[in-house]
Amino acid sequence: MADLTYIPEVALQADEAQTVPRPPLLVRFTHWTFTLSFFGLVVSGFAIILSHPHFYWGETGNILTPPLFSLPLPTMLGGPSGWGRSLHFQSAWLAVLSGLLYIVSGVLSKHFRRELMPAASDLSWSSIRNCVADHLHFKRSGLAAEEHYNVLQRLSYLGIVFVVFPFTILSGFAMSPSITSVFPWMVEFFGGHQTARTIHFFLANLLVLFLVVHVAMIVLAGFTSRMMAMITGRPAAPKETR
Amino acid sequence: MSNILGNSISRRKLITTGLAAAAGVAGLATAERVAKSYGLIPPDDGGIWGVGETLTYATQRMLMAHHSMAREFGRSEISKAIPVSGDPPTKGPYPEMLSSGFKGWRLPIDGLVARPSSFSVDQLKAMPVRSQITHQACEEGWSFIAEWHGVQLSDVLNLVGVSSKAKFVVVYAYDGVWDSLDLADAYHPQTFLTYALNGDDLSASHGAPLRLRVARQLGYKSVKFLSRITLVDSLKNVGDGKGSISPAYGYSWYAGI
Repeated sequence: MADLTYIPEVALQADEAQTVPRPPLLVRFTHWTFTLSFFGLVVSGFAIILSHPHFYWGETGNILTPPLFSLPLPTMLGGPSGWGRSLHFQSAWLAVLSGLLYIVSGVLSKHFRRELMPAASDLSWSSIRNCVADHLHFKRSGLAAEEHYNVLQRLSYLGIVFVVFPFTILSGFAMSPSITSVFPWMVEFFGGHQTARTIHFFLANLLVLFLVVHVAMIVLAGFTSRMMAMITGRPAAPKETR
Repeated sequence: MSNILGNSISRRKLITTGLAAAAGVAGLATAERVAKSYGLIPPDDGGIWGVGETLTYATQRMLMAHHSMAREFGRSEISKAIPVSGDPPTKGPYPEMLSSGFKGWRLPIDGLVARPSSFSVDQLKAMPVRSQITHQACEEGWSFIAEWHGVQLSDVLNLVGVSSKAKFVVVYAYDGVWDSLDLADAYHPQTFLTYALNGDDLSASHGAPLRLRVARQLGYKSVKFLSRITLVDSLKNVGDGKGSISPAYGYSWYAGI
């Protein structure tokens, strides 16, 4: 171990680490495996919907019952839902395994507590209102402040990781006849198989919306620098004009 | 100096990486052998979706090691109307059997059994009648609740005496569909050979005269128009070896999702 400290690059990195929070390797790794799985899930979810673009409320629903709403999509039978289902569940495995790795490492490394838990003082109504107002006025908070997540970022990341994703997974489980035979409460919680399917669809839309905002923010904050940070762990030199 | 140091690090790295890779491969191989011996590998474990299929099937088989029961409903929750997917066959012997009211129809059960037999609808109806009011979901997303009457598949299997070598129950239908169940699902208390739906004899569109009902899997596993059942120790030599006609159309053999 001791001989490593003589390698200049390593020493430099250690210095940087004390001033700028860098995404740890596991956060970066799971971020990209999760990105891959998320694209798989969205594409395949859409393919599955094509076989029956109607949504219902309650336990049952089919072409002989009135739908809650229908999507203006063609019905394509016997095609996309085949590979769609296979891609969906294989991607779901990658998503769940990446997610578990991320959460376990985030708890152990105190990533959630340090980087994502809002400070008690930031949770006041005025602090949140100021942050919202800054966003609405497209006011940037300056380079130093942007190295750390603000209260809105913290709340939305925590909400996505610990609320939206778990409920998306749960509503997916609720549609499985074998999983609900072991855990009937999963479907009873939603009030029925078709309600779970409809909520799964809404939550998926919310996740896609989050992705759009997330990418828009990355572009605003400096696409290259943020991408470098999430790939190599070192942000590119902050030379963007502001 | 730094060169020597660099070389020794890369060599050390190489060795540890190599060892880790070897351990990983050995671990995976062991996991596969153990999974195979416990019957946790689905017949369609090859190809690009094989990883997902295997993970899902193995996990669910372990979760459902004990006979977990699909949810049952009250009569008031039965769906008013049931959509039909898959029309009755118009070719082969089926149309004539249908018009004769399935008089000469018999269901042969053969393969790895002590007493290969065949059953008429009346013989099956004379056996202990079972019923279930369960939810059936199509892979497309729609669903309905219905009451099914029939015999428990396990009752019929016990009559013909299944060999200890048998691992799968293969079912064939008059519309060319074939599929298979592992023994966990074949012996499940909610796996029926059904002859009645919501109190009436099965109509042709719902699979007359006999339809499989597998309550813990999606609708396509509940094969209609049954023509034959056979017990095998391996699915390798049955059809294309993937356990069901479904993989040929892009759908999984295991439909518990």
